[in-house]
Amino acid sequence: MDYSNFIYLKEELSLIAVIVILLLYDIFGSKKSLNYFQPVACLLVGVHLLLTCCPARAALAIFGDTPVADQVNAGVYPLLSGMYNLYPLGSIVKSILAIGTLIVFLQARNWLEGERTIIRRGEFYLITLFTLLGMYFMIAAGNFLLFYLGLELASIPMATLVAFDKFRDRSAEAGAKYILTAIFASGLSLYGISLIYGTTGTLYFTDIPAALTGSALQVMAFVFFFTGLAFKLSLVPFHQWTPDVYEGAPTSVTAYLSVISKGAAAFVLMVILGKVFGPLVEQWQAILFWVIIATITVANLFALRQQNMKRFFAYSSISQAGYIMLGVISGSTLGMASLVYYVLVYMFSNLAAFGVISIIEHRSGKETIDDYNGLYSTNPRLSVVMMIALFSLAGIPPFAGFFSKFFVFAAAVEEGYYWLVFIALLNTVISLYYYLRVVKSMFINKNESAIAGFRSDGYTRLGLVACSAGILLLGLLSVVYGEIHHYSLGW
Amino acid sequence: MEYTLLIVLLPLLSFLFLGLAGKGLKPRVAGYIGTIVLAIAAGLSYITAWHYFTTAKVDGVFEKWTPLNFRWLNFTEHLHIDLGILLDPIAVMMLVVITTVSLMVHLYSLGYMHGERGFQRYYAFLSLFSFSMLGLVVATNIFQMYIFWELVGVSSYLLIGFYYTKPEAVAASKKAFIVTRFADLGFLIGILLLSFYTGTFSFERLTSGDTSLFAGAEGLSFMGCSVMSWALALIFMGGAGKSAMFPLHVWLPDAMEGPTPVSALIHAATMVVAGVYLVARLFPVYYLEAPDVLVLIAIVGAVTSLYAAIVACVQTDIKRVLAFSTISQIGFMMVGLGVSGLEGHEGLGYMASMFHLFTHAMFKALLFLGAGAIIHAVHSNEMTRMGGLWKHLPITHLTFLVACLAIAGIPPFSGFFSKDEILAATFHFNPVLGAVMSFTAGLTAFYMFRLYYRIFWNKATHHDHAPHEAPGSMTVPLIFLAAVTLVAGFIPFGKFVTSDSADYIIHLDWVVATISVAIAVIAIGLATLFYRKESSIPDRLATTFRGLHAAASQRFYLDEVYLFITKKIIFNGISRPVAWFDHHVVDGTMNGFATLSQRLSGSIRGFQSGQLQQYVMVILLGALLITVLVVFI
Repeated sequence: MDYSNFIYLKEELSLIAVIVILLLYDIFGSKKSLNYFQPVACLLVGVHLLLTCCPARAALAIFGDTPVADQVNAGVYPLLSGMYNLYPLGSIVKSILAIGTLIVFLQARNWLEGERTIIRRGEFYLITLFTLLGMYFMIAAGNFLLFYLGLELASIPMATLVAFDKFRDRSAEAGAKYILTAIFASGLSLYGISLIYGTTGTLYFTDIPAALTGSALQVMAFVFFFTGLAFKLSLVPFHQWTPDVYEGAPTSVTAYLSVISKGAAAFVLMVILGKVFGPLVEQWQAILFWVIIATITVANLFALRQQNMKRFFAYSSISQAGYIMLGVISGSTLGMASLVYYVLVYMFSNLAAFGVISIIEHRSGKETIDDYNGLYSTNPRLSVVMMIALFSLAGIPPFAGFFSKFFVFAAAVEEGYYWLVFIALLNTVISLYYYLRVVKSMFINKNESAIAGFRSDGYTRLGLVACSAGILLLGLLSVVYGEIHHYSLGW
Repeated sequence: MEYTLLIVLLPLLSFLFLGLAGKGLKPRVAGYIGTIVLAIAAGLSYITAWHYFTTAKVDGVFEKWTPLNFRWLNFTEHLHIDLGILLDPIAVMMLVVITTVSLMVHLYSLGYMHGERGFQRYYAFLSLFSFSMLGLVVATNIFQMYIFWELVGVSSYLLIGFYYTKPEAVAASKKAFIVTRFADLGFLIGILLLSFYTGTFSFERLTSGDTSLFAGAEGLSFMGCSVMSWALALIFMGGAGKSAMFPLHVWLPDAMEGPTPVSALIHAATMVVAGVYLVARLFPVYYLEAPDVLVLIAIVGAVTSLYAAIVACVQTDIKRVLAFSTISQIGFMMVGLGVSGLEGHEGLGYMASMFHLFTHAMFKALLFLGAGAIIHAVHSNEMTRMGGLWKHLPITHLTFLVACLAIAGIPPFSGFFSKDEILAATFHFNPVLGAVMSFTAGLTAFYMFRLYYRIFWNKATHHDHAPHEAPGSMTVPLIFLAAVTLVAGFIPFGKFVTSDSADYIIHLDWVVATISVAIAVIAIGLATLFYRKESSIPDRLATTFRGLHAAASQRFYLDEVYLFITKKIIFNGISRPVAWFDHHVVDGTMNGFATLSQRLSGSIRGFQSGQLQQYVMVILLGALLITVLVVFI
C-alpha cells in the first residue's frame, strides 16, 4: 500500500486534526478556558476551511506534484486502490458543507450556554464534526464499503445530536424516532448493497456499471440502496420522520440536519446514480420522476397547515429536497452544477431562517407562526433577515433562491421534463403562499403582546449577516455559478 | 483617460451617500456636498474636453476613444451587453454641457430651495439625475444608453414629483413617466430589431459606416417600409418621447410643476435633448440605412416647432411659455439633423443642430433660472402678477434680456449663430421648410419679448412687500450663464463637433442671416408695440381671432384628445373587459386552486400519525411498491 497517497486526503485529515484538538481541549481544558470553546471551534473550522477550500490545483502545487494536479482537474483521481476518489467538485461540496457547519456553530451559542447543556457543549461540536467527517467520506467514496461507513458515521452520531437535550421529552423522543428509522433505512440500504455485490461481484464504483444488466434483482437492489439516501433527503414516501424529528431536536441540530446532511446526501446520490447506476438510467429516472412529484406536492400540502415554525420548515425542507432532485433527474452537467449551486443557496437561506428561529426560541420560548405576529415592530432587523430568507426559499428575484430554482428548472427542461417542471412551478405558487404567510404575520399582522425586542449576541449576528450576504450576492455574482459549472464538467 | 469614469461615478456616490445618510445631515451640508461633488465632476469634464480636443485629432479627424469597456452580460459570441465609456466629440460636448448646467443648478438651488422640506432628498435626486445623464451620454452601446435612459426617466419622475403633497405635481410626474415610458417601448423594440439584424449593440460598430453589418435586413420590408426604417423610426419614437416631440410633448408643460431649477436642468438643458443626442449618435445609421426616417424627423421637428411656438404666444404662466419654447427649440435641433448630410459641407445641419443644442442649453437654463428668481420674488408663476419688475430685480432683468436676445437670434448673442446655421441648412434642403422655420423663428422672438415685457415692463402690479433681488448663490449662476451666452456664438464649433469628425469651416450665409435678423427685429418690434406698455391691441386681436386664440390657449385640445383616447377608448373599451376577465376567470382559477390545496391538505393530514411503526412500515412498503412498479411496468 502506498502511504504517500494519504497526503491527498487533506480534507479528511485536516478535519480529523480539528476533531482531535477539540477533543483534547474538551478533556484537559480548565473550566474557565472552556468558556472559549465556541470561538476556538469556529476558528479551527475556519482554518480547516481555508486550508482545504482551494480546489485541488493550488493545494497540490504545494507538493510539487503537478501531474496529479492536472489529472485531478481533468476529472476523478482514484486513491488507495480506488477506495477513495479525489475530484475537484467533491472538494467544492466539502467546502460548502464546512461553511454551513461553521454558520451552525456560530448560531449555536445561545442554546449551548443554557443551564443543562453548558457542561456538554464540547460534545456538540465534536459530534457534529464527526458527522461532517462521515459526509466527507460519503462524498469521496469510490467503493460501497467506504460509502456505507461514511453513511453510518453521518447517521449514528446524528441521533445523539437530535437527543442532545435528553431531559426534554420531545428531544429524547425525536432521538429515538430518528435512530430507529435511520437504522431501518440504512439496513435496507445495506441489503441493497449486498444484493449489488451478489449480482455484480464487486463493490467498486468503477467496476459495477459493466456488470449491471437491469435484471429485476438489480432493480430491487438499487431501490433498496436508494432508500437509504432518500431517507436522509426525506423524499416522499421516506419522509415521515422529518417533522417529528425537526420539531423535537434542538433548533441548531434541526438546521444542521435540514441543510448539511441533506446537501451531502443529494450530491452523493447524484454522483452514485450517474457513475454507478448509469446503465439503469431509465429506471431511476422513472422512479425519481414520481418521487419528485410526490415529494414536492405532499410536502407543500402539509406545509400549508403547519403552525409550529420548526414543523413548518420541516415540510419546507422536504419540498426543497424535491426541487434539488430536479437537478439529479437530468443527470447532465447542467444538472450537477445546478444541484451544487442549489445546495449552496439553500444552505444560506435555510440557515438564515433557522438562525432567526433559534434565537427567538431561545429568548422568548415561542415557536409558532402566530407568535411571530408583529415581530417587525419589535425586532425589525431579524424580521428583515427572515423575510429575505423566505423570499429566497420561495424563489423570488433578485434573491439567490430565484437563480438556483431557475437553474434546476433549466436542467430538467433541457432533458425534456416539461411536465415535471410545470408541476414544480405550480407547486412554487403554493409554496409562495405559505412562505408569505410567515412574512405577513411578521410585517402586517398586529399583535399586542409581540415578542419583546432584544439584541442578539455577536456570533449569531455574524452568522445571520453571512447568510444574508449569501442570499443577496450569490445570485448576482455570476462568477460563483460559473466556477461551479466549470468544475462540474465531466463530474 | 480612465479618470473619466470618475465623472460618472462621483455623482452616483454622492447620491448613495445623500440618499442613505442624508437625513442625518444638516440640509446646508448636504447641499454643499452635492455641489462640491458636481464641481469636481465639472472640473474633470473640462480636463477631459481639453485633453480630448487637443490630442484626439489624427489626420484631421477626431478618433473615438473607449477608455473603459467591460462585458457585462453575454448573450452570444457577438451579442453582448457592455458597460463602458465612449468619448467622441458629441459625448465630450455633452459632458461639458451637463456638468456645467448641473453645477449651476446645484449652486442656484442652495438659495432657491433654502428651507424646503426634503432639501437633502432634493440634492440626492439631483445627483442621481446627473449620474444617469452622464452615463447616458458616454454609453458605448445602445443598450447601456437604454439603461441610463430609463434611469434618467426615473430621476426626472422623482424630481417632478418632488412636492409630493401637491396633487398637480404628483399627476405631472406620473404623466411624464407614463408618456415617456410609452415612447420607450418603441425605443426598446427598435433596439431589439436593430440588434437582431446587425448582431451588435455597439455604437462604434453601428456607426462605422460598414454597410455589410446591415446585410441581414436587406430586402426585408414591412408595410411598405424597410425593416431598418422601422427599427430606426421606433428608436426615434423613444427619442421623440424624451425630447417632447409632437404629439408626445404633452408631458413637458405639466412637468413645470417640479422645482424651477429642476426644470432648468432636466426639462430645458439636458434630459430633453437626449432624443436629439440619440439621433445624432446614430446619425450615420439613419443617413445610410433609412434616409426616409430622417425626412420624417425633419417634418416632425418642424411641426413641433411651429405648433409649440404658436401655443407659447398665448400662455400666461411664465414657466409654461418657457416649456413650449423649449419644445419649439428642440424641434429646431431635430430639423437640423433631419436635413443634414453626412460628409463634408453636407453636414451643416448636424453641426448646427449640435451647436444649437449647446447654446440652447446655456441660454434656456439661464431663462429658467431667471424665471426662478422672478418666482422667488413675487411668489407666482402668472404674468398678471408681474410687471415693472426691472427696478426691483436688476441682475435678473439684465441676464434675462441677454437670454431673450439670444433665443430671438439677434447677433452677436449665441442663439443667432446656431439658429442661423440651422435655417441655412433647412433652406438648402427645402425652401418651404426653410420658410416655415423662419416664420417659427419670428414667432420665437415675438413670444419671448412678450414674456420679457410682461414681466419687467408693462403695468407694475402692486405687491404687499417690494420684490427683492435673489441672493448671491442664485445670481452668480445667472451671471455666469449670461456670460457664456454672450461669447458662445464665437466658438469655432465646426472645429470640434461635425458629422464626419473632420473640420468644418463655417461661412455665414448672409442672405439667410439678414432675413432672419430682420424677421426677429420686426417680431420684437411688434412685441414692443403690444406689450411694452399696457395696450388694448392684444385683447382686440384675441377677440378678432377668437377661435384661434382659444384653441392655442388650450394647446389645440391635444390633452383632451389624449384623455379621450385613454379614458374612453382604452380604459372603457379594453381595460374593463380585461379587468373583468382577470377578476373572474384568472382569479377564480387561482382561488379554486387555493381552495383545492387547502381541502387536500386537510384530508391527508391524518397520515402523519406520529407513530414510529407506521413510519417504518411506509418506508418498507414504499420501497417495495417502487420496485414492483419499476420492474413490472
